[in-house]
Amino acid sequence: MRSPRFPRLILLAGLGLAAAAGCAGPGAVRVHPWERGALADPTMQPDRDPLGSAMSEHVFYSREAASGGRGVGGSGCGCN
Amino acid sequence: MSSPHKLPRAAAVLALALALAGTARGEIKVGDVFPPLAAAGPADPGLPATSGRVVLVDFWASWCAPCKSSFPAYARLYADYAPRGLVVVAVSIDNSADDYAAFVRKHRPPFPTVRDRDQGLVSTVAIPGMPTSYLIGRDGRVRYVHEGFHTGETERTLRAEIQSLLAEPAGGPP
Repeated sequence: MRSPRFPRLILLAGLGLAAAAGCAGPGAVRVHPWERGALADPTMQPDRDPLGSAMSEHVFYSREAASGGRGVGGSGCGCN
Repeated sequence: MSSPHKLPRAAAVLALALALAGTARGEIKVGDVFPPLAAAGPADPGLPATSGRVVLVDFWASWCAPCKSSFPAYARLYADYAPRGLVVVAVSIDNSADDYAAFVRKHRPPFPTVRDRDQGLVSTVAIPGMPTSYLIGRDGRVRYVHEGFHTGETERTLRAEIQSLLAEPAGGPP
């Protein structure tokens, strides 16, 4: 007789595989390359106002002693 | 009474099915038959005959900066190889007809352009990124896929691939 653990192992392996495929696989892409027109709009760029960005940086630096770490832009069409 | 293992087994089967579905892709790859361009809609000025010819299909959009850079390169390729039988078709995936028309008016490409109105063609092809160009052989099968546009490098690569395809006899590679 097979151990009752066997189906649980299959379940865990299957769920792990599903999670890995969901996270790393191409099926995880929600916005296709041809659907990114709205994201490419200049108004979607968080740093579209250089003066505003500079002022925010100054506040972060002078009040919180923090600088940098703003990362890359969060919008755009992701082209190339 | 049902087996106490039935539920975990069903869940395992479901999980495996989900995993496989997550890895499935409908992307058109090298060797696949390219879907008919007519699916995109009427071209400007009209779709050229593609049967038995080498075809370069470029997917672009007015909001895609590299696509703008690519047009002069495709115009050069068109000028050099159209006399030898190359067909170039630029398929726009713009949602806005006005944006598409303004782009074409501004850049005046010498090759035909078409707007994929309901994005039916691009959804079928499932391009991996913007822009993406497909080189289709005389047999109607995709022979080369180029993702992105990297100025001179892209043009050099496409030029070599086009020359190779144009040198092939009708009916595909020997």
